[in-house]
Amino acid sequence: MITKRLLTGMLIPFMLLLFPAILFSQGKTISGKVTDAKDGSPLSGVTVAPKGFSNRGAVTGTDGSFKISVGADVSTLVFSSIGFDAKETAITGNTISISLSAVNLALNEVVVVGYGTAKKKDLTGAITTVGTKDFQKGNITTPEQLIAGKVAGVSVISNSGQPGAGSTIRIRGGSSLTASNDPLFVIDGVPLDNAAISGAGNPLSFINANDIESFTVLKDASAAAIYGTRASNGVIIITTKKGKGGKLKVSFNSVNSLSSVIKNVDVLSAGQVSTIVNTNGTAAQKAMLGTANTNWQDQIYRTAFATDNNISISGGIKNLPYRISIGYQNIDGVLKTDNLEKESAAIAINPTFFDNHLKVDINLKGSMETARFANQGAIGAAISFDPTQPVYNPKSNRFNGYYEWLDPTTPTGLNTVAGKNPVGLLNAGLNKGTPERSIGNIQLDYKFHFLPELHAVLNMGYDVATGKGTNYVNDSAATGYVAGGLGGSNNHYKQTQTNTVFDFYLNYVKDLTSVKSRVDVTAGYSYNDYLYKYYNYASYTAAGVKYPGTDPTYPFDKPEHTLLSYFGRAVYSFEDKYLLTGTIRRDGSSRFGPDHKWGLFPSLAFAWKIKDEPFLKNISAVSDLKLRAGYGITGQQDGIANFAYLASYNLSNVGAAYQFGSTYYQGYRPSGYNPNIKWEQTATTNIALDYGFLNNRISGSIDFYYKKTSDLLNSIPAPAGTNFSAYILSNVGDMNNKGVEFSINVEPVRTKDFTWDVSFNATYNKNTITNLTVLPDDPNYIGFPSTNINGVQGFAFLNAVGTPKSTFYLYKQVYGKDGKPIEGLFDDKNRDGIINENDKYKGKQADPKTFFGFSTSANYKRWNAGFVLRASFGNYVYNNIYSNNGRLNQVLGSTTTGNASANYLETGFKGTTDQELLSDYYLQNGSFLRMDNAGVGFNFGKIFKNTANLRGSITAQNVFVITKYKGLDPEVSSGVDNTIYPRPRILALGINLDF
Amino acid sequence: MKHTHFKILTAAAMAILATTACTKKLDLSPTNDITAAIVYNNPAGYKQALAKVYGAMALTGNTGGVGSADIPSQILSDEGNSDFLRGFWYLQTLSTDEAGWTYHGNTDPLGIHQMSWSSINQTVAGAYYRSYFQIALCNDFIREASDGNLGSRGITGASADSIRKYKAEARYLRAFQYWVLMDMFANPPMVTEATPIASGLPKQIARKDLFTYVESELLAVQADLLPAKTNEYGRVDQAAAWALLARIYLNAGIYTGTTRYTDCITYCNKAINAGYTLHSKYAELMLADNNLNTDEFIFAIPYDGTHTQNWGGTTTLVHGPAGVPASVSGLSGSWGCIRVTQQLVGLFDANDMRGQFYTSGQNLIMANLLDVSTDGYSSSKFRNVTRSGGPAPNKDPAGNWSDVDFPLFRLGEVYLNYAEAVLRGGTGGDVATALGYVNKLRTRGYNNSTSGNITSSALTTDFILDERARELFWEGLRRTDLIRYNKFTTAAYLWAWKGGVVNGTAVDSKYNIFPIPSTDLTANPNLVQNPGY
Repeated sequence: MITKRLLTGMLIPFMLLLFPAILFSQGKTISGKVTDAKDGSPLSGVTVAPKGFSNRGAVTGTDGSFKISVGADVSTLVFSSIGFDAKETAITGNTISISLSAVNLALNEVVVVGYGTAKKKDLTGAITTVGTKDFQKGNITTPEQLIAGKVAGVSVISNSGQPGAGSTIRIRGGSSLTASNDPLFVIDGVPLDNAAISGAGNPLSFINANDIESFTVLKDASAAAIYGTRASNGVIIITTKKGKGGKLKVSFNSVNSLSSVIKNVDVLSAGQVSTIVNTNGTAAQKAMLGTANTNWQDQIYRTAFATDNNISISGGIKNLPYRISIGYQNIDGVLKTDNLEKESAAIAINPTFFDNHLKVDINLKGSMETARFANQGAIGAAISFDPTQPVYNPKSNRFNGYYEWLDPTTPTGLNTVAGKNPVGLLNAGLNKGTPERSIGNIQLDYKFHFLPELHAVLNMGYDVATGKGTNYVNDSAATGYVAGGLGGSNNHYKQTQTNTVFDFYLNYVKDLTSVKSRVDVTAGYSYNDYLYKYYNYASYTAAGVKYPGTDPTYPFDKPEHTLLSYFGRAVYSFEDKYLLTGTIRRDGSSRFGPDHKWGLFPSLAFAWKIKDEPFLKNISAVSDLKLRAGYGITGQQDGIANFAYLASYNLSNVGAAYQFGSTYYQGYRPSGYNPNIKWEQTATTNIALDYGFLNNRISGSIDFYYKKTSDLLNSIPAPAGTNFSAYILSNVGDMNNKGVEFSINVEPVRTKDFTWDVSFNATYNKNTITNLTVLPDDPNYIGFPSTNINGVQGFAFLNAVGTPKSTFYLYKQVYGKDGKPIEGLFDDKNRDGIINENDKYKGKQADPKTFFGFSTSANYKRWNAGFVLRASFGNYVYNNIYSNNGRLNQVLGSTTTGNASANYLETGFKGTTDQELLSDYYLQNGSFLRMDNAGVGFNFGKIFKNTANLRGSITAQNVFVITKYKGLDPEVSSGVDNTIYPRPRILALGINLDF
Repeated sequence: MKHTHFKILTAAAMAILATTACTKKLDLSPTNDITAAIVYNNPAGYKQALAKVYGAMALTGNTGGVGSADIPSQILSDEGNSDFLRGFWYLQTLSTDEAGWTYHGNTDPLGIHQMSWSSINQTVAGAYYRSYFQIALCNDFIREASDGNLGSRGITGASADSIRKYKAEARYLRAFQYWVLMDMFANPPMVTEATPIASGLPKQIARKDLFTYVESELLAVQADLLPAKTNEYGRVDQAAAWALLARIYLNAGIYTGTTRYTDCITYCNKAINAGYTLHSKYAELMLADNNLNTDEFIFAIPYDGTHTQNWGGTTTLVHGPAGVPASVSGLSGSWGCIRVTQQLVGLFDANDMRGQFYTSGQNLIMANLLDVSTDGYSSSKFRNVTRSGGPAPNKDPAGNWSDVDFPLFRLGEVYLNYAEAVLRGGTGGDVATALGYVNKLRTRGYNNSTSGNITSSALTTDFILDERARELFWEGLRRTDLIRYNKFTTAAYLWAWKGGVVNGTAVDSKYNIFPIPSTDLTANPNLVQNPGY
C-alpha cells in the first residue's frame, strides 16, 4: 500500500505536468471497478476515458479499480483494453462497475494487407499472420528465423551457422526457375530490394528482431496481386512495434547464449592417415608424414558467447504515442575469429491530429554493424589438412608461425598447390565489414472532414545503406606471402544504396445498411526507385602499396531500377456473409523495353462465411467456417539484369586487350540483349476453408493451390549468330506448383492457471516443369543443368520438362557383389560403350515434397514451457563432402599428404576419375525432423518493490535432428552439401524486465 | 484553421507526387556500358570495337584471365575452354594422331580423340558457338562501319578510309570463321550483316554454297585490305586472304566435289611472292617472342601474359603437354593433359629437329589414353621463353599465361599447299619449285643441313601428308589434312585409340563432319542435323 501511494504520489504531479488541460476541467470524479465477464476476476490495464478524449484516460490497477476526473460536460466513459471488446457507459453517478468480454481475438484481429488493413474475418485471400507470441525463441540473429516452421507453405532455411547469415525463404515452392524465388519483404510500408549489402551477411539482419510486432505472409494472388510484378513469390509484410500511448513503459531484455558445434565432419584420424600412407604411399609421401595428432576441426571451432540486449521505452506524450528502442548484439561465431557486433535503434511515433482525422506514423530504424568475417575456407581446409602435422611450426616464425607445406624450389618456399593451414587461414588477417543501414517512413492518413468514409494516405519511405569494409591479409601469412617483396592485401570495398518509395492512395469505406452491403475501395499510385553505387578499387599490398595493373576500368557503377505503379482494390460484402475482393495493379518497370514496360495484374476472390448462415448459426460447436476461392495473376521482374533489353557495349579490362602493332587496345564488346523480354507471370488459383470449433479452441485452415507460371524468364539458347550471346534471357517456358497447406491450432486446456496451446502445419508441394522451349516438347532439348559440384566441373541438377526443378541428374552407380560401389563404373544407359552426358538419368529432387511445423507451449501459473519441431520429407541431398573428400588421393596428394572423409573407408575409392563425383552413390535422403528450440520460462513477478516485473527463460536451440542423412546437416537449401558453416547448438538464458 | 493545415498538406503531397512522377522516368541507362551511338561516334571507338572483333579470337571474355565470358557457361562450363584457338585446336588436333587428352572430367574434351562425339558434346558446341560469336561481332561491325553510318557520324577523310580497311578486315574474319564452320560442320546456318540482332531464324547453307560465299567474300575484300606486310601486327592483310583462298582451294574437292588445285597454286604464288621468307630457325617459331617472326608469319593471334590473358590459346599449348616442367615450358608447370601418339612420333627421324617431343618420364607407346599422363610422348614445341632462353617480357608474375603467338597462316603451310596442289595436277606451278619449297622446309628442319633433303621421286602426295604432320603438327590443320587424304575415319591409317581402341580402328564416315549442337537445333527449327547424328 505504501508503494502504491508513493507511486500515485509520483504520478499525479507527472500527469499534471503533462496534461495541463486537466487542471482546467472543474468536473467530477468517478471511480469503480472493471471485471472480466467470463469469471468476474478483476481486469488491470483497462483504459478508462471520456468519450472523444482517449488521451485523457485513466488505467485500472491490479485490482481492477480506477478513478478518473472528467469535465462536467462529459456524459459517457469508454472502457477499452487490448483483447476485450470496448464498452461505452453513460455516467449516471460517481461509481461505475462494469465487466468486459474477451473478443474473439483471432477473428477481429486487424491484419496488414498491401496498402491498408483488413479484419481477419473479412479476408478472402491466403494470408497468415505470426505475432510475437508465436515467434521462435532464443538467440535469434536474423528476423526471418522468427517464423521458421510457423507458417504452412513457407519454408525458411538458414544458409549457415554464421552469425547474421541469411536464409533461403520459399513460399509455395517459388514460382521461377532462373529469376528470383525470394519473396518481397515490406517493412512498415517500405518494400526492400533483395540486393545484398557489401560487408553484411543478409539484408534483413539489419532489423532488430526485438522490434518486430508481426509478420504477415501474403501467399496467394488475391492477397499479393496488389504488389504486381513483385508478388509471384509471395509477400512478407513486417510490422514493427509501435507506441500504444498511455503511461511510460520500459522494457529491458537480455539474451545471453553459448553456441557450440554439435558434431564434426567424420574424417580420418592421424593414426589412420599414417597407416594409409605407409601402406599405399610412395617413399616421398611416407617422408611427408608428421608425428603430430591434430584434430583440425577442434582447432578451428570454439564455444562461442553471444549477448543480445534491448531496451525499449514506450508510452504517450499528449497526442504522441511513441516507442524508442535500442539494441546491442555481440555474437561470436563458432568458427574462431568470426564476430558480429550490431547496434540498432528504432523510433516509432504515431500522433494524431485534428480530432483523429490525421494519423501520422513515423518509423525510423537504423543499425550499424561491425562484422569480422572469418575465412570460411578454413572449414574445408580443416577437413582435408593432414592430421599428422602440427598447428605451429616449432622452428620458424614465417607464415605467422604456422606449419605450412613447403617447396624449396618456389620463390616463396611455399608449396603453391598445397592447401593452407586452417588455423593460419583464420589468423591471416582481418576481414572487416562496417555496414550501416537505415529504413524509415512517414505515413499520413487523413480522414476527410467533410467525408469521413474517405481516407487519403501518403507514405514516403527510404532505405539507405552503406556497405564498406577492408579485407586485410598480413604479408607474413601463407596466403599473402610474396618472396622478397611487398605482399598480403589491404583491399577496400564500398557500396551505397538509396532506395525510395512513395505511395499515395485513397480509401473509401461505406456501410450501405439499406442494401446490407459494405464497400471498401482503394486506389493509388506507387513509385519505387532502387539506386546503388558500387565503387571499384585497385588492389593493395598489406603495406598499402598498389598492385600494378589492378586499377579498375571504371571508378564505380551506379545500377538503378524503377517501378511505377497504379493499383486499386475493391471489397464488397453482402450481409457480412458474402465477400468479394477484386484487385488490379498496373506496373511499369525500367527493366523492360519500350513495348513491354507495363503489365497488368488482376485478381478476384470470393469468400462465404458459412458459419453466419442460418443453418450453422445456432450450432455452437462450430465457431467459424469460411470458404475462400480466388484467382489472380502476379508478375516477376526480380533476379534479372537491369538492362537485359538494351543494346549496349562493355569495355574489356586491361588484361583482356588485343594487340595491334605494339599497342594493346581494350575492346568494346556488344552485350547480348533481347528487346522483347517482359515479366514472367504466375496465375494462382486458391481454394480454402477456414474453420473453428468449440469456441475456436480448435481452429485453422486448409488451402489448395495451383500456381502456373508462364513466360518464364529463362536464359535460353539464341539461334547461333543472331545475338551477341549464345544464351539470351527470354520469356520461354511454363512451370506449375500444386499444393495443399493445412494448419490447425488447438487449445486442449484453457483454465485460469493452466493453458496449453498446440499448433501444427503441413505443406505438400509438387513442382513440375511443363515446357522450356519455343516449340513445346522439343526432343533435341534435354533441359538445362544447374548447381555446381565441388571437385569436378559438373552440375548436380537438370531442369527438364516433366520433372520438378532441381532434379538430380547423375550417373547410375554400379555396385560390386560385396555391395560396394565400383569406382568409375556406371550404367551405360544407351549402351554405346562410352560414359557421357547421355548416360545420366533424372532422379530424386532436392526440394522437399512435404514439410511440417509443430509448436506447443504451456503456461502453468508462473511457469511456461514450449518447443518447436520442424520436419521435411522427400528432399535429397548430394553429399559433396563424401564425394570430394572420400578418396584415397585426398590422403596421397601429388605434393602433400592430406586427410579424407571417413567415407573412403567404405568405398576404397582411389580418386582416379573425377567422373565418380557425378555418381548417384552420393545422393542421400535428406528428410529430417529437427527440434528448433525447447525452452522454459518463469515469471518472477514484481520485484524492486513492485516497480518492475521480471521474467526469465532458458532456451535450447537446434536441440536435435533425426535423419538418415550421413553428412553434418541435412538442411541444405541448395541440395548440394559443401563445407557449410555448421549450425551450432545454442543454450540461451534470457531475462526480461518490465517497468 | 484545420482546413488550412490540410490544404497545405495536400498541396505538398500533390507537389511531391507530381515532381516524383515526372522527373523519374522508366527509361534508365547503364552507368558504364554505352550504346552504339557513343562507341562509334569517333574513329578511336571504331578501333576499340575492332579490337574486340579480333580479340574474339584471342580471348575468352572481357576480363583478363577469367570473367565476363563471351561464351555463356551453359555452352562451356569452364570459360578457359571457350576461346577460339582452344576449341578449334581440340577438334582439329585431338581427333587425330597428333594428340590425346589425359582427363575425362566434365570440362575435358570428352570422346574427341576416340571419335565418339555426339550433338551434345561440349567441346563441339564450344567451337561452334565461338565461331558464331565472332561472326556476330563482324556483322555488327560491318553494319556500324557502313558508309551511311560514317557519313551520319561525320567521319570523313583518312579516318573514314581507315575504318573502311577495318570493315574489310571484319569481312575477312567472318569469311575465316565460315571456313572453319564449312570445314567442321559442313552445312551451318548463315547470318550476315543483313540479319538484325535478336530476330528471325537463320537458314542453313549447303557446304558447296558456303564455299562459294567464302570464296567470293575473300575475292571481294582482297582489294580493300592493306597490301601484304603493310598492316599493323595482329591484323590481316591481302596475304592473309590469299593464304586462306589457297587453303580452301586445296580442300575444294571435299567441300564442293570439284577440285580447284590450279586456283590453289595461283593464290599460293601470290602469297609466296608477297615478300615472306622462312624464319631461319624452326625452334624459334613458337616462342614467347615469336611476334618477331614477321618474316614467315602471315597472320598470327597475339597472346600476352599481361595484356591478353586467358586459359585457352597457347596457354593451353604450353601448360597442357604432360610432364614438361616449368623450367622448360616457361610457365608455372604442366597440367599433364596432352600427349602424342607413337604414330606421330614415327613420322620423324632422329635428325629432324621439328620433332620437338618431350620424352623424359614419358613412354613412347600410348598404351592408355585416359588417366595415365605418362603414356605417349609429350611436346615442347610451344614454350613461353624468348629466343635467348629468357622469360617472356610481359610474363605475369605467377607464370599463368602464355605470351606465345599462334600463326594461323605462315609461309611453311603455303609451301606445302603449293607442292600438294602441283602433285595433284594443278597448273601454274611445277614439281621442281615444289621440291625446292619442300627441301627448304626440310633443310631448316634438319638444322640448316641438307641431309634430310629429298629427291623428286620421293615427292608424292603421301609424302606431303607426312611432311605436313612434321612441319605443322599442333598447328591446327591435321584433321582437315587427313580428311583430304580420306584417312581420317577409314582403316587406311590407324593410330592409338582412334575409334576408342588401343591400336585404332576405322569409324563411321559421319565423323568427317561434326554434328550441329543440339542446343542450336532447339533454338532454330530451320536446322537439319548432319547425316548420321
